[in-house]
Amino acid sequence: MATLRGSRLYSLLHMTTTIRQLPADDPAQVAAFEALIAAGESIEPKDWMPARYRSQLTRMMSQHAHSEVVGMLPEGNWITRAPSLRRKQSLIAKVQDEAGHGLYIYCGTETLGVDRFDLFNQLLDGTAKYSSIFNYPTLSWADMGVIGWLVDGAAIVNQTVLAKTSYGPYARAMVRICKEENFHKRQGYEICTVLANGTPAQRAMLQDAVDRFWWPSLMMFGPSDTNSLNSGELLRWKVKRKTNDELRQRFVNLTIPQAQALGITVPDPDLRFDPETKNWVFGEIDWSEFQQVISGNGPCNRERLEARRKAHDDGQWVREAASAHAAKRARKTEAA
Amino acid sequence: MASAHDADDVGIAAGEAKAGDRPVAGPSRGPRLGAPLVEYLLRLGDDRLILGHRLSEWCGHGPILEEDIALSNFALDLIGQAASILRLAGEVEGAGRDEDALAYFRDGVQYRNCLLVEQPRGDFGDTIVRQFLFDAYSVLLWEALLGAPHAGLAAIAAKAIKEDRYHLRHSSEWVVRLGDGTEESHVRVQGSLDRLWRYTGELFEADAIDQGVAGEGIVVDHRALKARWDQLVDEVLDRATLVRPADGPTQRGGRVGRHTEHLGHLLATMQSVARAHPGARW
Amino acid sequence: MAEPTGPTDSHWPLWEVFTQGNVGEPFEHAGSLHATDAEHALQNARDVYARRGEAMNLWVVPSTAITASAPSDAGPFFDPGNDKAYRHPQFYKAPRGIRVF
Repeated sequence: MATLRGSRLYSLLHMTTTIRQLPADDPAQVAAFEALIAAGESIEPKDWMPARYRSQLTRMMSQHAHSEVVGMLPEGNWITRAPSLRRKQSLIAKVQDEAGHGLYIYCGTETLGVDRFDLFNQLLDGTAKYSSIFNYPTLSWADMGVIGWLVDGAAIVNQTVLAKTSYGPYARAMVRICKEENFHKRQGYEICTVLANGTPAQRAMLQDAVDRFWWPSLMMFGPSDTNSLNSGELLRWKVKRKTNDELRQRFVNLTIPQAQALGITVPDPDLRFDPETKNWVFGEIDWSEFQQVISGNGPCNRERLEARRKAHDDGQWVREAASAHAAKRARKTEAA
Repeated sequence: MASAHDADDVGIAAGEAKAGDRPVAGPSRGPRLGAPLVEYLLRLGDDRLILGHRLSEWCGHGPILEEDIALSNFALDLIGQAASILRLAGEVEGAGRDEDALAYFRDGVQYRNCLLVEQPRGDFGDTIVRQFLFDAYSVLLWEALLGAPHAGLAAIAAKAIKEDRYHLRHSSEWVVRLGDGTEESHVRVQGSLDRLWRYTGELFEADAIDQGVAGEGIVVDHRALKARWDQLVDEVLDRATLVRPADGPTQRGGRVGRHTEHLGHLLATMQSVARAHPGARW
Repeated sequence: MAEPTGPTDSHWPLWEVFTQGNVGEPFEHAGSLHATDAEHALQNARDVYARRGEAMNLWVVPSTAITASAPSDAGPFFDPGNDKAYRHPQFYKAPRGIRVF
């Protein structure tokens, strides 16, 4: 029934089965499921889905949510130093949006039958992954511009495609997020523009930030297609709609003209325009650095997780107090 | 003359005066303040800027994601209020300073915020108790200023009161949750209240600046304000099972630029980028 | 996995949030969030789902309070509504040249 499948109400049915309890997939059900996907239908929480689909989505969505939440830290680092009240406000609003986006996606993930609390714990104990970009330090105010421009720019390229993902709750969260993130990239590029037209010190600050964030931004699209373990299955189920390399190329093509407009360079001597493919061809990504950061040895992995753990631990008494108070209140209402 | 004088300093005997010295007796015992309306607006604006800044320190570090978002909203409301008020202060002053010049290029002794708002963010209990004590004051103050004959100020009050009423609703609910939550939360938040209480008296003190703006029709009855604040605070503390601290000696000075040491560190952080690049646009 | 029956430790119950964009418009599901009680949920919903003035009114409902139809019901549940053409105005003919509505 198209109207119900498309309705927002439908998305709030929360699965109560865990992944492990699911029986082995019945081939007939898999075939029916794949037919639905092929017909371009979206999958909703109560629909039957292969165990792998559920677990892949849980992994992807929770990684995405973790990235939003950890992503608050590098930019949060400059909120107290933003050089004008207007910049301070837009940076707070942006970091706040990231908390909101983390929350939307966690809630979307909960429709797959997992609890946000458990997902948090996986982040805090280091078993869950998040985007490697947030393990780089923010060293100057220009980083706020460059993160908005490059990092959010890359995220938007990714998310615009994810808004068409086959899982309904994820797609709907993405539509909302993409709408809100339009301002993130614009505020970032605006900061860059002002710096590019500013004093020599401001221009140097901008170039330095681009030099540091260019390659990590390209790594945000994940491993090259030839080395991406999860891609085939995810593409077949339309969880992902484009390959990592396709998205990376699209990002570079979009970004280089913007860099030219700013009058800055990107740190890649091999970069050239290929008139035949109309692509900006870029040099080899240092995948060993990517692996290092992914496996926990980036410049700030430790600090980011420690900051999240501290916030969580420091907040324990607050959450307990709120729970205890609600329980007291409920008892009073019952007694009355 | 001054340089020769300095070199001779050690040679001057106690009590000895030299002909030609500049007068050493200052004009008054008190701090040197500007025009009343400018001073008054700086007090209003600085309170909100400093408190907003303290709240923004929570961004990314809140006890739960939902609360992170709420505290950021408060910070945004307060910094937005501060920007409007400081802009107005700059216009009234007429010396060509805008809100950013006032925020980023005044030193601590030129700041006019109350001591309560500059205290460190502390734990979540400290933050919430401070917020509640300030919100209750702020809502009542805006109510009094809604009818101010100064059109700019009345317009700011009309917008700010909506924001602050919501802040008060949120912060008082949290005071109740923490006060009447667990044993640990009760002890913690009672401690926050006891520590911060000595900074609340300053909120209700009227001085020459208040008398000065009264001439322009901005009249706030501080005694009535305090009475209503007491009532509001008592109600919430009662629901929270918290004990209202006794009114001991009040810490004051923020209104005339005599701050606690915390403000200097806050400003050193806040102003660092702007001051490293004087004249730059951002 | 058992649904949380009430607030325990850090597990705050889940609430579904519905927003009304303008007075007179229907309420739409916006998403969900965690909160200890209804007032808390309402305040969180305001900050999480109405930061950009998206809502004039909010509803919060405990997620556990919602009963929903199942996909497997879709046929028997809804198909019978499909062949009742007489429920739609197009079923009825008006004389040519007369504007009935």
